[in-house]
Amino acid sequence: MQRTTMRHLDRDIENLKELLLRMGALVEDQISNSIRALLERDSEAAQRVIEADNAIDQMELEIDQYTIELIATMQPAAVDLRFVAAAMKITPELERIADLAVDVCERAIELNREPLLKPLIDIPRLARIAQDMVRQSLDAFVKRDANLARAVIARDDEADLLTEQSFRELLTYMLEDSRNISRAIRLTFIGKYFERMADGATNICEMVVYLAEGKVIKHSNEPV
Amino acid sequence: METVTPLHAGHAAAESPATAIEVRNFNFFYGESKVLHGIDMDIPEKKVTAFIGPSGCGKSTFLRSINRMNDIIPGARVEGKVSLHGQDLYAPSVDVVALRRRIGMVFQKSNPFPKTIYENVAYGLRIAGVKDRRVLDETVEKSLQRAALWDEVKDRLNSSALAMSGGQQQRLCIARALAVDPEVLLMDEPASALDPIATQKIEELVYELKDNYTIVIVTHNMQQAARVSDRTAFFMLGKLVEYDETKTIFMSPAEKLTEDYITGRFG
Repeated sequence: MQRTTMRHLDRDIENLKELLLRMGALVEDQISNSIRALLERDSEAAQRVIEADNAIDQMELEIDQYTIELIATMQPAAVDLRFVAAAMKITPELERIADLAVDVCERAIELNREPLLKPLIDIPRLARIAQDMVRQSLDAFVKRDANLARAVIARDDEADLLTEQSFRELLTYMLEDSRNISRAIRLTFIGKYFERMADGATNICEMVVYLAEGKVIKHSNEPV
Repeated sequence: METVTPLHAGHAAAESPATAIEVRNFNFFYGESKVLHGIDMDIPEKKVTAFIGPSGCGKSTFLRSINRMNDIIPGARVEGKVSLHGQDLYAPSVDVVALRRRIGMVFQKSNPFPKTIYENVAYGLRIAGVKDRRVLDETVEKSLQRAALWDEVKDRLNSSALAMSGGQQQRLCIARALAVDPEVLLMDEPASALDPIATQKIEELVYELKDNYTIVIVTHNMQQAARVSDRTAFFMLGKLVEYDETKTIFMSPAEKLTEDYITGRFG
């Protein structure tokens, strides 16, 4: 008869998960606030996103400290070790995603000093995809759900396609009138930032597959 | 921002807990040879303090000095001071039997008496003259529960303790120590003779017990010290080399000697 007991390592792992989720929630807020600031041309809201980044940086440090202590004192093995390793790799991804939201807001503030170049169509769609992917990657992490993680990874192509499409359109504005260039380049950057957020979500999902199955799928040519 | 519950082991909160055991310039001699040199340390109340170090470093001798188990060794002699909540444990007026009731001990090899499970736990109370059956029953049950053994043995309290598994016997010894309501529990390699599952049960138990007891544990197993303790003391050649929060000892010890030992470079 085998009874699974609650170990105090389980409590530590729960705490670590909770810390990561709290950081993830802050990052999701930053993404949605950056999208709103961009679309509503609200420089004050953009400034608030920039200022809120510090809290996320602090959480990254807190989680780093917690994971190192956990390894030093508890010597996690097998799935516990994979969880801690995944947490250590997911944290900086989240931090980078938050930095990208700050970058979006910096470009948005610059854009707001000039008239609108064109109504935004592809970029908002791209932004929603990136936002969804980040949210779902965290869901997959919490549920240790490799299938959901793979589904999120599959959406990365969608994000790449929209980024490319938005770039081609902006190129036509640049070719048409050189006075459009500065605004078009800023918008191109913004597209790239959201595309990088989607990449971050993909990286998180690769760690989720590793956590759930012990399988390394990144840098592999096999279909996920 | 709210904070998450800190990591149990060593991730000590900022508040400094009260001192239970205070050791000042403590020296120990076996005849002419001095085996402990000028130990100074404050052992905190209701925390787990681990002693680690290579064989012969004096950690067990020091542990046994805390409840005067070394008194009976011919030629043993001490200098300096060990006190429990301010009371000098080596003062001439101290009743050693009463002292050992306040400072219980669990040994490496479980040593149940060849009696029933019930009588093992009730032993200390009977010695102290307790006869009331109800008090005995309640204490036996409470002690077995605190030692995380009650569910496994409640239907066979009158069978022999010697028929239990090694891990159960060790938890029985812990229950026996708890029955006389000690303040401090000294554990000398309590899990070194047990398999990993039984070891884990003992470790979980230590973790539970620290809410109510001050625990000092000697272990050869550094990982065990890292897992269960709040503070760790590293001994070598009879000297206290380093004593700090467990997380500090295992993440960034101040002394090169400590680092070499815990990273397996010697010992």
